[in-house]
Formats: sequence, C-alpha cells, structure tokens
Amino acid sequence: MIEEGLKNELAKQGVVVTTIQELYNWGRSNSVWPLSFGLACCAIEMMAASMAKWDIARFGSEVFRPSPRQADLMIVAGTVTKKMAPQVVRLYNQMPEPKYIIAMGACAISGGPFKQGYNVLKGIDRLLPVDIHIPGCPPRPEALLHALITLQKKIESQVLTGPNRPRHLDAAAPSEFPVPEFGEHDIVPAMNPQLWKPRLVVR
Amino acid sequence: MSIATASPAPRNYEVIPKTSPDGLELEGELLEVAMGPQHPSTHGVFRMDVVLDGETVVKLKPVFGYLHRNHEKIAENTSYLGSMPYTDRLDYFCSLTNNWAYALAVERLAGLQVPERAQFIRVITAELTRLQNHTSVCGFLLQDMGALGTPLMYAFREREKILDLFEALTGARMMCNYMRFGGCRCDLPPGWLDRVQKIVDDFPRFLDSYEAMLNTNEILLARTQGVGRLSRALAISAGITGPMLRACGVDYDIRKVDRYGIYDRFEFRIPLGEQGDVYDRYMIRLLEIRESLKILQQALKAVPGGPVIDPKAKLRGFRPKAGEAYGRIEGPKGELGFYLISDGSPNPYRYRVRPPSLINLTILEDMCLGQSVADAVVTLGSVDIVLGEVDR
Amino acid sequence: MESLEQIKIRLEAAIPGAQLEILSNDSPSAERSLLLDNAHAFAVAQFLRDDSLLRLDYCSNVTGVDWPDSEISLKVKVKKIVEGVEKEVEEVTKTVRPGFLEAVYHLYSMAMKNGPLILRLRTGNRVDRVQMPSLTPLWRSCEFQEREVYDLFGVVFDGHPDLRRILMWDEFKDYPMRKDYREPDDYEYEPTPHDEVLEKARRHQAAEVTP
Repeated sequence: MIEEGLKNELAKQGVVVTTIQELYNWGRSNSVWPLSFGLACCAIEMMAASMAKWDIARFGSEVFRPSPRQADLMIVAGTVTKKMAPQVVRLYNQMPEPKYIIAMGACAISGGPFKQGYNVLKGIDRLLPVDIHIPGCPPRPEALLHALITLQKKIESQVLTGPNRPRHLDAAAPSEFPVPEFGEHDIVPAMNPQLWKPRLVVR
Repeated sequence: MSIATASPAPRNYEVIPKTSPDGLELEGELLEVAMGPQHPSTHGVFRMDVVLDGETVVKLKPVFGYLHRNHEKIAENTSYLGSMPYTDRLDYFCSLTNNWAYALAVERLAGLQVPERAQFIRVITAELTRLQNHTSVCGFLLQDMGALGTPLMYAFREREKILDLFEALTGARMMCNYMRFGGCRCDLPPGWLDRVQKIVDDFPRFLDSYEAMLNTNEILLARTQGVGRLSRALAISAGITGPMLRACGVDYDIRKVDRYGIYDRFEFRIPLGEQGDVYDRYMIRLLEIRESLKILQQALKAVPGGPVIDPKAKLRGFRPKAGEAYGRIEGPKGELGFYLISDGSPNPYRYRVRPPSLINLTILEDMCLGQSVADAVVTLGSVDIVLGEVDR
Repeated sequence: MESLEQIKIRLEAAIPGAQLEILSNDSPSAERSLLLDNAHAFAVAQFLRDDSLLRLDYCSNVTGVDWPDSEISLKVKVKKIVEGVEKEVEEVTKTVRPGFLEAVYHLYSMAMKNGPLILRLRTGNRVDRVQMPSLTPLWRSCEFQEREVYDLFGVVFDGHPDLRRILMWDEFKDYPMRKDYREPDDYEYEPTPHDEVLEKARRHQAAEVTP
C-alpha cells in the first residue's frame, strides 16, 4: 500500500500511482447500469431523472437495461405489492453480481402511504438487501441522483479482500434470495428472517 | 365461509396444421408468451398473456393487480379529506384532474358551492395537466415504436415546464394535493398567471415542431395506420371514454355533456377521428392539446378575484349527510368518476374510483387479435394506461 | 330524460312480473336508484339499453357494496306501569337486518347524451346465496368491473364469460373489500404507529412476547 503523501507527491511530478482496488472500484462506480424497472409513481421521477433536465448520463447510469442479466442496479421505484413481490425477488435473483438496490420512495422503504393496504408489502427490505434508501413521495430526481452518488461512494469504498469484502467476492455469501409463494391469505413467507431483523419496540 | 367459486377458464393448446407456400404440411404449436409484469413496453407492471401463432396474436389476456394498492379500502378507513392525497397517486401523471374528480364527487354529495376564482384555477390546472399528459403519451407511444429517446425527451422537456408551474402553485411536482371540497387549497402565487400565459403562448411553437417532425414520418404512418382498429359500436358498448372513444368518431366529451365546472363558458371543439386506429388516437391527442390551449387562452384572460374556497366548507370534521353521489369529469385518459356512499360518519362507507384506464383495456384483445405481436405493443401504447389507476 | 317514476311505470308494463323499487337518496346530489330483482334484472337492463327513448348504451361504472348484518334500533316510547305508577318509558326495539351484497350500475346514454340511471342488484345473503345475473352480455364495459366485484366482494355473476380474480392472485381466498375482512398481521414493526395501527401493534406484540 502506497502512502497518501507520497502518492500526491508523485502525482505532482506527473506519475500516477494507483491500486487495483481503486481502479476496479472506479470503473464499477462510474458505469452503474440500472434495470429499467418501474413500479409506480416513482418510476416517472426515475424517467424524469434520465431525461434532459437532470440527465443521469452525467453519472454513467443512462443505460437502462430492460434485461436483468445486463443490469447492475435495481431501482425499486414504487409500491411493491404482494402480487408483485415474487417477481421483484426473481428479477433480483436473475441479476449478475455485483448488484445493488436503491429503494426509491416511501412505498419501497416501508409501504409509505399505502402501508395499511392488505396487498402492500411493507418495505422491500423484508425480502431483499437494500443498499440505499431515498425517502420522498415521490423523491425528486435530484434525490435519485443523490442516491446514485451515495451508491458510487459506497462502491468506491469497498475493500476487495479480507473479511469485509463485498458479497460478490465472497463465495459463501448468498447471491439469490428465496422467492415467496402466493398463499391463501398472504405471501408465504411474508419476509426473509435472515434479512429482516427488526428491533422489537414495545409501546 | 363457504362461497361458490367460479372455475378458471380452461386453456386450450391446439395444434394447428398448416400448409407452407410450397404446399408442404407444417405442424406448429401455439406459443404462450407472458409479456410483463416486467417488460419495457407495458408502461408499468402490467402483464399480457399472449398466445401467438408465429408472430400473429391469436389470444391476449390482460393480467392486472401488480399495483393493486388498496386505495379504496384505505379510503374507507380514513376521512374524506384524508383520501385527497391518495387520489394524486391514482393516475400519477394527472394528479390535479384526479383531485378535481374527487372534489366534484364530494361537492355533489355535500352540496357545496365552488367560488368563481377557484373554478377558473381548476380549469387552468386541469387543462395544463391535459397538455402534459397528452404530450408525454405521444412520446411514450413513439418510444414503443422504437423512436428511443428523442420524442419522449421533447415531451418531457415541455412537461417539466408545466411541472415547474405546479410546483410553484402547490409545492409538489407530481403529487399536487391541491383541490379541496368547495375550492382550492391556496391562492395563486404572485406572477403565476403570467408564467402560465408565457408557456401557453410558447406551446404551439413546440407542438408545430413536434408535429412537423413526426406526423408524416413514414415509419410512424406504417406502424400506426390501420393498426388496432376499434369499431364505434364496440367502443360504446365497452365503455371506452376519452381520446380513444373520440378517435372512433363518437362525439362524447364530458366537458360538453355534463358542463361541469365552468366549461360551458369556453369555446372549444371536440376533435373526432374516423378510423379508430392508433394513428387517429395519436392525432386526436395532438388536436386536443390545441383545443386545451384555446381554453387556457380564454380562461387566463378572465380569472376573477375573490376567495378560492367556499368559506362555509368544512375540511376538518367533515360529515356529509347519508346518501350517495357519483361525480365524473373528463380526465385526460377518459371518464374519471368517483362514487361515494356516505352513512353520516366522517369516513365514506363506500368509496369507488371508476378508472378510465382499466375500462379502456377491456377491448385490448379485440384490437390486437390477428395483428403481429409488435403491433400489440403499439396498440397498448395508444390506449394510454397508467397502472396506478388500472389497479388502484 | 324521463323521471325515474315514469321509467318504472314503463318497465313494469313492458316486463310483467318485474319487481322494481325506487331507493331514495337524501343527500344534496339526490341521485336515486332503481332496485331490481335478480330474476328480471337482465330483461330490465336489456329494455333500458334498447328502448328508443332511453337508449342507455353506455354502462359507465359497476361497483360492489357490502352491507353486513346490522342492528337497527328503534326507540319507541311506551306507557308502562313501573312501581305502581304509570310512566312513559323509552323502549329500544332491535331488529336485525340480514346482510347482503349489492352491485351498483351507473348507466348513461352516449346517443342521447343524458344520464345517469342507477341500477342496484342485491344478493340473498353474504355467505352462500351470492349469485346475481351478469350484465356483461349487454355491456362489455361490465366485464372487468364485474370481475373486480367478484374478486373483492365475492359476488358471483351468473352468465359472466370469464369470471376469475382480477386484482388479487388466484390462490387468494378472502374477499378484501368486505367490511369484516381482516388483513394479515404484518403491522408489527411500523416506526410510527398511531390510533388503530398502534392497537394492532400492541395486540401483535402481546401475541409475540407471550407465546
């Protein structure tokens, strides 16, 4: 590992020193291709973010892929209903590693305004591991860009070796998650206990 | 609970013997394709179960419910006013017309009067909503035909200008939550009408360039003319409303029929189509934008002063008398209606949304049969659905 | 358009045996509706569609309403002898109105540009006599809306060409828009529960803490 001071000194002399890790993360973080996957209202703001006024292409994410096989990022843009939840998990399972999730909007985070609905999943993090949450109903396109930049920072800070290495470099870590089935009253299972470990709050 | 259930419809997979052009006997199986719920052309989480004979659609069954957010159930458990923000999220392109339809239904239920100034503001915001909806729909339709990006980007550029106006007025770009029973939530910010005037004055120039770019485009003509035809009789029987109905040549616009609000004071025409195909639907929308601009020009010149909400209208503790009412408006997608039953309590006993997008999909199969699967995509794009409203 | 009374008279003349009832509406909208009996509902609807004066060719809105069993209490003042003295005592008589499911149809005329005429159909009860005739053969617009009423309320429409669940999945067993439907218990960890949600959270936590 080269020291930061020496690296800066060398850079002044026109010598660029880097590490494989930095190079790897730099490349990954600046070409996060999202899945073109809209669920509800937030999808319109996602589209607005990709249009001329906000231009998500400035951050290397303009390539919305219709196929999950080609996508790195799933933006869960909208209410996940119980009828849709199995397909969302299936789509995520079909994405190749490394893959990330942005939960966009109140509905994807917790069910939002519709959390009292019988057909509404109360947050996608009951079934899938979420990297970034953006609140808002719907979040403005700026908020989506902020989430994307936060995700880029997260990717850049990932250490490639050692016990804290990211999931896609850890053969033991799960890459696919169980797909719930349609039950008679609810989806079964309604949540993934490995992922969703809420603190019990007794009032 | 023992309840008689209907058995699901049986599925037939026939093997159709065919003859090739050379006279050889061919055997082919029908292919069932599930388009959706995650599919780039389905405008959200909509699914079409299509049965194909080669490229030809022989059966198409729409599947709904992937965005069923229980709007009606939630509304029956909350106060009348509490449902207003939820109506924004029905058809999330047109929150202000949704607000108006709901406010209209409650005003009919409770017998509230709307002040003059609020009526004008409602017309202006509703017509602006129609502008941005129709331009976006034309962009999406062209995206379905393969014009990736450009027309939609043009449409969204204009849409953003109108959303900026909504934001200045209501504080939110999309979910405006602006109308109240008996008026509007707040008065216009200073200079707002001048900003609207400027956009309304500039809009025809955008529309001219948009139409010059697209209307005579060879690909657009080939992909839309004669595609997805709908007969007049079927359209009426299936309850089709909005631009889709008028593209079949039926003169029915609730703005003219019911004359709700103050639409009887404005001069505008109802564009009608002839063939009822995708091209007619596309053209009807563009023509309706021009008519909306006429209404806006007339309305902007005549906005009176005064209050924007009936001072007698009660927002909190609002309890209409027991009874029922059905209020409907001409939304950008078609007839948007709200049916309310009150039992005298603060919550509606029954709250029902009549969703134009869902009912306009009734004849999707009839329009697509015998066409190629690529035309089915374009036909769906011309129906103009928003899943938040289809599934509610 | 003719008044509802005139329509009713003409209907009764045209369709012998049809039992029609005009339901009042006291709210300012004053939209009254016509209650049909299930046996003649299809014929009545067909008459309304084809009649040259009405031509109600457009069925705009179809919806279900759930009316569970309800107790109607009437206060009656009765003279009674209490402790040797005649007094006026209020007595509450309770009658149970059996529950039923209802479908409401809003009809308009595109040809004559008028309306609405509101039709209502009722089922026998909420459990096993939940059939009523489907009006889809008359108006295609009823197709999805009747499926929705079947899905959410459990009304079975006889004569519907394709009666399946439309919004919920096929395996689902409940009818969620009914007033006595209880949604699955997944309220437990809401960060800001209040009112009813708080009650539900408490009940849920009691069940979880003391199993």
